[in-house]
Amino acid sequence: MWKQQFTKTGKMILFILRRDRIRLPVWLISLTFLTLITAIAFADLYSSDQERMAIAETMRNPAMTAMVGPGYGLDDYTIGAMMAHQMLLFTAIVVGIMSILLVTRHTRGDEEEGRIELIRSLPVGRLANLAATLIVLFSANVVLALLIGLGLFSLDIESMGLSYSLLFGAALGAAGFFFAAVTALFAQLSENSRGAIGYSFAVLGLAYIIRAIGDVSNETLSWFSPLGWILGTEVYVNNYWWPVWLTVGFTLLITAIALYLNTIRDLESGFLPSRPGKKQATPLLLSPFGLVLRLQRTSIISWGVGMFLIGASYGSVLGDLESFFASNEVMSQMLGEAGDVSLTEQFLTMIMAVMAMICTVPALLFMLKLKGEEKKNRTEHFISRSVSKWTLIGSYFTTSIVFGFVMLFLAVTGLWSASFSTMDEPISFLSLFNGGMVYLPAIWVMIGAAVLFTGLIPQLTGLSWLYLGYSFFVVYLGGLMQFPEWLGKLSPFGHIPQIPVEEFNLLNLALLTLIALLLTAAGFAGFKKRDLTG
Amino acid sequence: MTVIRARGLTKRFGKFAALRGVDLEVKHGEIYGFIGPNGAGKSTAIRVLLGIIKATSGEAEIFGRDAWKDAVEIHKRLAYVPGDVNLWPNLTGGEVIDLFMKLQGGKNKSRRDELIQKFNLDPSKKCRTYSKGNRQKVALVAAFASDADLYILDEPTSGLDPLMEKVFQQCVLDAKAEGKSVLLSSHILSEVERLCDRVGIIRQGEIIESGTLNELRHLTRTHLLIETKEPITDLESFKGVYELERKEDQTISFQIDSEELDGIIKHVSQYGLLKLESSPPTLEDLFMRHYEETGKPQASGAGGEA
Repeated sequence: MWKQQFTKTGKMILFILRRDRIRLPVWLISLTFLTLITAIAFADLYSSDQERMAIAETMRNPAMTAMVGPGYGLDDYTIGAMMAHQMLLFTAIVVGIMSILLVTRHTRGDEEEGRIELIRSLPVGRLANLAATLIVLFSANVVLALLIGLGLFSLDIESMGLSYSLLFGAALGAAGFFFAAVTALFAQLSENSRGAIGYSFAVLGLAYIIRAIGDVSNETLSWFSPLGWILGTEVYVNNYWWPVWLTVGFTLLITAIALYLNTIRDLESGFLPSRPGKKQATPLLLSPFGLVLRLQRTSIISWGVGMFLIGASYGSVLGDLESFFASNEVMSQMLGEAGDVSLTEQFLTMIMAVMAMICTVPALLFMLKLKGEEKKNRTEHFISRSVSKWTLIGSYFTTSIVFGFVMLFLAVTGLWSASFSTMDEPISFLSLFNGGMVYLPAIWVMIGAAVLFTGLIPQLTGLSWLYLGYSFFVVYLGGLMQFPEWLGKLSPFGHIPQIPVEEFNLLNLALLTLIALLLTAAGFAGFKKRDLTG
Repeated sequence: MTVIRARGLTKRFGKFAALRGVDLEVKHGEIYGFIGPNGAGKSTAIRVLLGIIKATSGEAEIFGRDAWKDAVEIHKRLAYVPGDVNLWPNLTGGEVIDLFMKLQGGKNKSRRDELIQKFNLDPSKKCRTYSKGNRQKVALVAAFASDADLYILDEPTSGLDPLMEKVFQQCVLDAKAEGKSVLLSSHILSEVERLCDRVGIIRQGEIIESGTLNELRHLTRTHLLIETKEPITDLESFKGVYELERKEDQTISFQIDSEELDGIIKHVSQYGLLKLESSPPTLEDLFMRHYEETGKPQASGAGGEA
């Protein structure tokens, strides 16, 4: 009876591998690549003990501990210790996300789409799909552990021996195991794929927060978080294997529960009650703008939190910067020659440029959502009612402009609040605010470009991303790679006066704003004229 | 009074001409059936009328206003139901209905609730969980709950079960009784036959036939089944006789062009009629006849323009 439940699991494994023959390798290769490239970059950037100790000093604060985990290797901050300290947690989170997304896709996702029903109508065991999904994911995580472990070892970096590197990989793989099992469980509990993803992400987020609080205040607390277990391996410093086995043990337990729950439930049902939604709309929803906001609500909130954290993470290192820069050649080169301003101020202008460009990402996303909606034939609901095309595109434009500002504001606030607690002589909020807001015209130009494409040539909206990518490349790396100056001037971000290092340049800002206005106007006009696809 | 008037509508997508000079008129208070196979240009024509896409040439007017320029004004008095309803997965059906009604400008809560009940829709469910039929119900409830003067319905019943189709047909007839106009594009010919006052058939971007059902029937053949005392042998030689089939000796079934009906009856009555069964052509016969024929469509217009 029990065995019969697994009939044709092998065939299902092949089928899942076939469906994910691109997706899975892309995940594994990019994760491995990112890890290896970071290790190489660390080895290049911090080649002397002195430089490593300098960066270790910037890590000695609660903000950093909360963000990346306890710095158990700070006293002898080897490249390995640095990898484990700065990269292990975040990579583990990404591996967790991979497991969550892939497991949901093959379990509740397929079930919701009615595909599992087709599979079940064939002579296939009831547990075959779930078992096959988990076997594929577990194998993928083992492969990932080996790829990363062997890859790190092959870099031949001092302090990163074979068994330690394998432990680094294994810790990541264990995180993948755990969240695959957790997602399999929630795929049984929740009635739809969104719920399964949502609850699994909630576990991931909770694990992060419990660990953050625990690492700062009470170490025992961290052991209640699976991410705490992963960091508990103390890779490249103390190298404990037992937390990996602990994680795998819990994984097997959760897997068993998930399999059991799958056998006792009906297809397309769940255990958690799906609460009925609203029968009526709130007044806030009842306009195109209201709908746009509502559809992007989750995205807006997560970007907002993210931008604040990015700001805070930059802010938390500001206090120890001078000593760090003094000892690091590469970083000084990136910042260019120092005049009469401090290195911290120079670094600040670069942070501002980077943050402004990151804030442009959500702003563009909010604007280009319109194209996505059009593609899905949902704009016709507006156009076939008494909503003008300008109201439609205007709603997305307004969201983009407003939240472009809000994101930048949150990033600056995060920067200020963290720098306030770590710097001896904190920078005033106002000067940070000015230094950030001066980038608004550049963001407007980027939004204007997106409007232009949406209005005139929707097939080419992808170019706005390319332009942003280009800007990031030339502005962020331009100094380091010593690009000619005109390359930077092709980007709107290259025309922004870097306050407080440079003079405030009203003319440039006014010109950028004018360009943004022209682009937007042309986009609006084009949108009014052109056919909608749906 | 004319509610929709289209003259020589042409729409090109690159080289492909989706509409080639479409003329269309929907009069006040009538239900106009718009039929044609997939890809014939029904939805394109409707989208031009809605101002979602702009005609390459030709005129399209609704309520006497330009369909492209005055779209927003026109849409205040118009309700549209697409054939393929795409909704936002994370909103509930109730929320979407409210949003649509608000965008339309109307606010008739009791009518909304009544229709939700009639169509047996659960408004508290997220749109992601709805089947095609349920998504269509959302659009139908929003449309019929609004106080529109013109309903443009593009294959609105393709996902509905027969019970719900009845409810839908009643809604359309109620709208007509209130003096409203309806443009109904449909595949379900029995539905068109039951509901529509006039019909237009579109093929490859051209209206090839339009008029009342009676007028259209004139253009087509009547099915006859006769039994005579003496055998008739010379029917084949008559003009306008098709698909002749001799069953037993004396029973013959055949189709006859409507304009030849008089002559043929006079002829066969000489043989001593024992039995005569005549069935009018169904819309399906008409439709099939147009689409099975290859080559040029027949010249249109007999009685179609009014």
